[in-house]
Amino acid sequence: MTDIAEKPDVAPPLASAARRAQVARRLKKRYAAEARFRFLGLLAVSVAIAFLVLLVGTQLIQGVPAFLASKLEISVTLDPAKIDPDGTGDPKVIGDANYRDLLLSALQTRFPEAQDRRQRRDLLGLVSTNATYDLRDMVLAEPALIGQTVTISVYTDDVVDLYRKGKIEVGDPDAKLSDFQVQALAQLEADGALYTTFNSALFVNSASREPESAGLLGAVVGSLLTLVVTLGIAFPLGVAAAVYLEEFAPKNRWTDLIEVNINNLAAVPSIVFGLLGLALFLNLFGMPRSAPLVGGLVLSLQALPIIIIAGRAAIKAVPPSIREAALGMGASRIQTVSHHILPLSMPGMLTGAILGMAHALGETAPLLMIGMVAFVADVPAGFTSPATVLPVQIYLWADFPERAFVDRTSAAILTLLVFLLLMNATAIYLRKKFERKW
Amino acid sequence: MSSPLLILVILGLTLVGFWLGRSGALRANGGKTRGLHSLPGYYGYYVALWCGVPALLIAAAWMVSQDALVSNLVLAALPADAAGGDPARMTLFMTDVRNLAEGNIVSRVVDPALQAAADHYVSLHQMASYALTAVVVAAAVAGLTYARRRIVPTLRARNAVETAVTGALMVASILAVLTTVGIILSLLFESLRFFHQVPLTDFLFGLHWSPQTALRADQAGSSGSFGAVPLFAGTLLITSIAMAVAAPIGLMSAIYMSEYAGRRTRGFLKPILEILAGIPTVVYGFFAALTIAPFVREMGEALGLTVASESALAAGVVMGIMIVPFVSSLSDDVMTAVPQAMRDGSFGLGATKSETIKKVIFPAALPGIVGALLLAVSRAIGETMIVVMAAGLAANLTANPFSAVTTVTVQVATLLVGDQEFDSPKTLATFALGLVLFMVTLCLNIVALRIVRRYREQYE
Repeated sequence: MTDIAEKPDVAPPLASAARRAQVARRLKKRYAAEARFRFLGLLAVSVAIAFLVLLVGTQLIQGVPAFLASKLEISVTLDPAKIDPDGTGDPKVIGDANYRDLLLSALQTRFPEAQDRRQRRDLLGLVSTNATYDLRDMVLAEPALIGQTVTISVYTDDVVDLYRKGKIEVGDPDAKLSDFQVQALAQLEADGALYTTFNSALFVNSASREPESAGLLGAVVGSLLTLVVTLGIAFPLGVAAAVYLEEFAPKNRWTDLIEVNINNLAAVPSIVFGLLGLALFLNLFGMPRSAPLVGGLVLSLQALPIIIIAGRAAIKAVPPSIREAALGMGASRIQTVSHHILPLSMPGMLTGAILGMAHALGETAPLLMIGMVAFVADVPAGFTSPATVLPVQIYLWADFPERAFVDRTSAAILTLLVFLLLMNATAIYLRKKFERKW
Repeated sequence: MSSPLLILVILGLTLVGFWLGRSGALRANGGKTRGLHSLPGYYGYYVALWCGVPALLIAAAWMVSQDALVSNLVLAALPADAAGGDPARMTLFMTDVRNLAEGNIVSRVVDPALQAAADHYVSLHQMASYALTAVVVAAAVAGLTYARRRIVPTLRARNAVETAVTGALMVASILAVLTTVGIILSLLFESLRFFHQVPLTDFLFGLHWSPQTALRADQAGSSGSFGAVPLFAGTLLITSIAMAVAAPIGLMSAIYMSEYAGRRTRGFLKPILEILAGIPTVVYGFFAALTIAPFVREMGEALGLTVASESALAAGVVMGIMIVPFVSSLSDDVMTAVPQAMRDGSFGLGATKSETIKKVIFPAALPGIVGALLLAVSRAIGETMIVVMAAGLAANLTANPFSAVTTVTVQVATLLVGDQEFDSPKTLATFALGLVLFMVTLCLNIVALRIVRRYREQYE
C-alpha cells in the first residue's frame, strides 16, 4: 500500500501518450453522457411542471374574467295599468303581468330611435333573458313599488358581456350583435349605465341555461351534502377497519385476503364503483336517483380503502412501547386502543380522511352512473332530493355550446381547485402540527 | 312515526339503558365500585348495546325491505287484468302507483284500478310504518329489560362489551371484501343477462360496435351489434399513447429526484408532481378537449395530416401527464430504497453517476419500476372523464393516433347516463364492459402490488 502511495507517477508499462489521450477522450465522452443524462432528468421534471403551470394558467386566464360581469342600469316605470290594471293586489295577477313589455318600454325611452320590430328585439337582446323574471320577483316581493319608477341593475346578455370584455369581435360568427346594438352599447357605455361588477350570480344562483345567470350554488351545496354522507360513512368504518387490522386481526390467510382486497379496491377504476352503485343502490334497494345520499354511499365505498390505508399507517407510527405500557398497567386491549392508540393516531387518520374527501370531491365518473347529471335548477333541499356536484357541473357546462360557458367552466374549475387546495392545506397543516418524533 | 324520529327515540332509550345499567350495577354492589367485576360504565354500555343494537338492526332491515314488500302486496291484490302478467308492465304500473301516491305526475290516465292500487299502497305503507314503530320500540324495551335483569356485580360486563366492539371492528374490515364481492356479483349478474342475448364470442371478438338497437327495421346506423374489439383497440391505443408520455417523463423525473436532486429539492419537487395526480380528471378532460385537441389539430394540419377534432392523441397525451406522478412517486420510492452500499460500490469502481444509475440502480429497482408502470397502465385503462370529454364516441378500429377512437369507459359512461330500463342489451352491455374492465385492472393491480411488495421486502 505505502509503496504505491509513495510512487504515484509509476505508470503501467503500456501507458503511452496515445493511450492516455484515448482515456481522456473516453472520459470526456463519459462525462458528456453524464451531463446529458442529468439534463434529461431535469427536462422530464420541467416538462411535468410546465404542463401543470400551463393547465392552471389556462384556467386562470379563461376563468378569472368570468368572476366579473357586465350590468346595465335602467330606469323602469312600473306602470300600474300594465301590471295590475284593476288594483287587486293579487300576487297571481302581478305575477302574470308582462314584464318583458315593461323592460322594453324602459329601453325604448332611452332609445326613442328604435321603432321597427327588429330594433326593438335587438334592444331587448342586450339584457339577460332572466332580467324579466328578476323584475317580476322584485315587484312580487314589494308590491308597493307599482306606480313608481325604479332604477334596477340587470345582467347584460352573455354576448354583450363577452363583447365588452373584448373576447369576441363584431364580425365573429358567434357574436350575434347587430350594428344597432353596437351603437346602443356605445351610447350606454358613454352614459355610464353599463358597468362591470363582481359576478355574484356565479355564487348565489344555481344551474341555468342562460350563461349570465348560471351559478354554482346548487352544485356546491350538492357536493357538500354528498361529502357529508361520504365522511359520515367512510370515516368511522375506515377507522374501525384500520384498528381491527392493525391491533386485533390474527395473521392468517383471511386477513391476508382482506389486505390484498383493500389494496386492490384502492386501484379499481372509479367507474366500476358507479356500476356497483347503479346495480346495488338504485336497482336492488330502490334508492332515489340523482340523490346526494346515493352519491355519498358510492363515494364512501371508494374512499374507504384510502382511509383504511392511511389509518393503518397512522396506527403503525405509534410506538409499541405505548401499547406495552398500557397493557402492562392492566388495561384491556380495547382500553389500550381507545385510550392511547386512537388519540395518538387520530391526526394521521384525519389527514388521511381529508385527503380521501378531497379525492371524492373531484370524482365525476361514478356520479354520472347514478344519474347525478340531471339539470337541477334548485338548490338541493336534502339528502334525497335531486342534486348535482361541482365536477359534474363542470362536465355539463363544458358541453354547452355558448362561448360564455367556456369562461364559466374555467371559473367553476378554479372554484373546485380552491376547495381542493384548502382541504389539502388543512391536511398538511394537521400533519405538520401534530407530527411527533418518538 | 317518521324514521329520523324513530331513530332518535331508540337512541334516547339507549341513553336511558346506559344510565340504568350503570346505576343498577352500583346499586347492586351497595354503591361501591370495589367488588364489581368491571368498571360501572361497562354495565351501562352492556345494557345500552342490548337496547340499541337489535332495535336498530330490525329497523334497518325493515326499511330496506318495506317498499318491495308493499309493492308485491299491491300487485298481488290487483285484479288480474290491471297490469297484465308481463313483468316490465308491472314495473311501469308500480311506478305510476308510487307517483300517484306521492302526488307526482303520472304517465297515464288515472283509472279507478290505478287509484285503488294507489290508495291500497298508501294504506299499506301507513300500516307498515305503525307496525315498524311498535316492533322496534318493543325490541328496544325488551333488550333493555333483559340486560338490566342480568346485572349482578359478578357479571363480566367488560368482556361482553369488548367482544361486541371487536366484532363490530371485524365487520367493518370485512366490508372491504363485501365491496369487492358486491362489485363482482352485480357486474356478473347483469353481464350474464347480456350474454343470454348476445353470445360471448360475438362480444369478445366482434369487430363492429353499434349499440343502438333499431326501433324500426329501416333505421340507419342502428344495427345493434356488440363486437367490443374496437373499444378494446381504442382503449389500448389511448393507453399506449399515455404510457409513451408517462413512462419516460415519470422515470426520468424519478431518477432525477432520487439520484441527482438534493434532499430539499426532492422534498419540494415531489409534492409538486403529486399535484398532477390530485387535480380532478374532469379538469384534465376540459383542458384536453379545449386546449390540447385544437392545438394537436392545428399542428397536424400544418404538417398536412387529417386530424379528427377529437383525436386519440390529445386524450392520450393529457392522460399521460396525469399519470406521471403514479410512475414517478413509486419509482422514486423504490430507487431511494436501493441500498447506498450498491451505489458506493459502483462509484468505487470508477463509474459515473449515470453509469451507476443505468447499470446498477435501475436493474436493482426494476421489479418495483415494472410494478409502478403496471399500476399506471391500470389507472390509464380505467380513466373515464378525460376520454369522455376528449376522445369521442366513434368506434373506429384503427391504430392511427390522429383519428377519433372510443374506449370501454367512454361507452360505459355514455350508455348509462340518464334513465333507462334494465332489459335492453344496450344497457346490459355496459355491465359486460365493466366486468372486462374490472377483471383486467384487477389482474394488473394484483400482479403490480405483488411485485412492488416483494421487492420492498427484499432490501428491508
